[in-house]
Amino acid sequence: MKFPDFIVTQLDWVANQARANSLWPMPFATACCGIELMATASSRYDIARFGSEAMRFSPRQCDLMLVAGRVVMKMVPVLQRIWLQMPEPKWCISMGACASSGGVFDTYAVVQGIDRFLPVDVYIPGCPPRPEQLIRSVLDLQEKVKATGTVNAREFAARAEYEGPTSLVKQLAPDETMVLPGDYNTATRLRD
Amino acid sequence: MPDVQQLLAERFGDAVTRTVFRDNVRYVVAPGRLIEVMTVLKGAGFDYLADVAGIDYLHYPDATDRYGVVYALANTETAERVYVKVFVNDPDPTVPSVYPLWKGADWMEREVYDMYGVVFEGHPDLRRILMPEGFASYPLRKDYPLRGRGERHNFAPVTRAES
Repeated sequence: MKFPDFIVTQLDWVANQARANSLWPMPFATACCGIELMATASSRYDIARFGSEAMRFSPRQCDLMLVAGRVVMKMVPVLQRIWLQMPEPKWCISMGACASSGGVFDTYAVVQGIDRFLPVDVYIPGCPPRPEQLIRSVLDLQEKVKATGTVNAREFAARAEYEGPTSLVKQLAPDETMVLPGDYNTATRLRD
Repeated sequence: MPDVQQLLAERFGDAVTRTVFRDNVRYVVAPGRLIEVMTVLKGAGFDYLADVAGIDYLHYPDATDRYGVVYALANTETAERVYVKVFVNDPDPTVPSVYPLWKGADWMEREVYDMYGVVFEGHPDLRRILMPEGFASYPLRKDYPLRGRGERHNFAPVTRAES
């Protein structure tokens, strides 16, 4: 049987195949999740099987931002700037409890989830997540890219709305802010 | 090597209070005489400023002053250590800077200023060191809420369409 020397397909499909199978991560590793991220790149887990082994420490060469670890408020402008420097099309994975929700660090300086400031495509639970979970998230993102991607990345234009949770910004009255020593009720209750 | 306890007692008398707790020697000084005491201590061999720490005594049992600043000094010859404490109060918590004596006080005093708002007079560059420059509060003060006043979320989000 003789195969034809041409194929008929859609440009979107070709672009999605190419992009989904070579997601180059920008490792924004700020904490222990970064260690698991390194382990994922090692030979035992070998994220190269899925085309994501080319970690570039320059945002201009990457199309997948992997935020691994807690982000403090001083780091938010840096994080946003790195995200804006990445070329289109780009995606974001929030790895671990801290990047997704602040984790155990519910303090004045730690941002309670990077999705308040950045669009996040895939969240990974765990503290820290296993390398298998990270590989799973890359596979899930590949599915997302293949299902929604377009050759000129026009699917992102539809995501003009803020996608994060409702804002936590709350101005407390001065008499609300007192925390008595040993008063763990006051210190840990949700301020609503 | 002169005896530090004797030296300080002769020189300052009642202006310096000495207490000992589990072999830790503490000297409590008024902020006005801190530089004199520190100069004498440095001359007596305490050449290493190991740490500068701040304390907020709000609601602390039996505390009479609001803020404390604790200097940990070490003698690198004899491995002796002393702790020098000064206490200051609102509305103007001011302590003279020991930067002229130990250059290492630079960042440690900036950290105490950043976290407690204690002003170190004579410091060459008293800016915030850990918190962002626009931060308005002193987060380790006891009347500051653990979760802050919402500063951590006062940033504009980036949406997918605009990035």
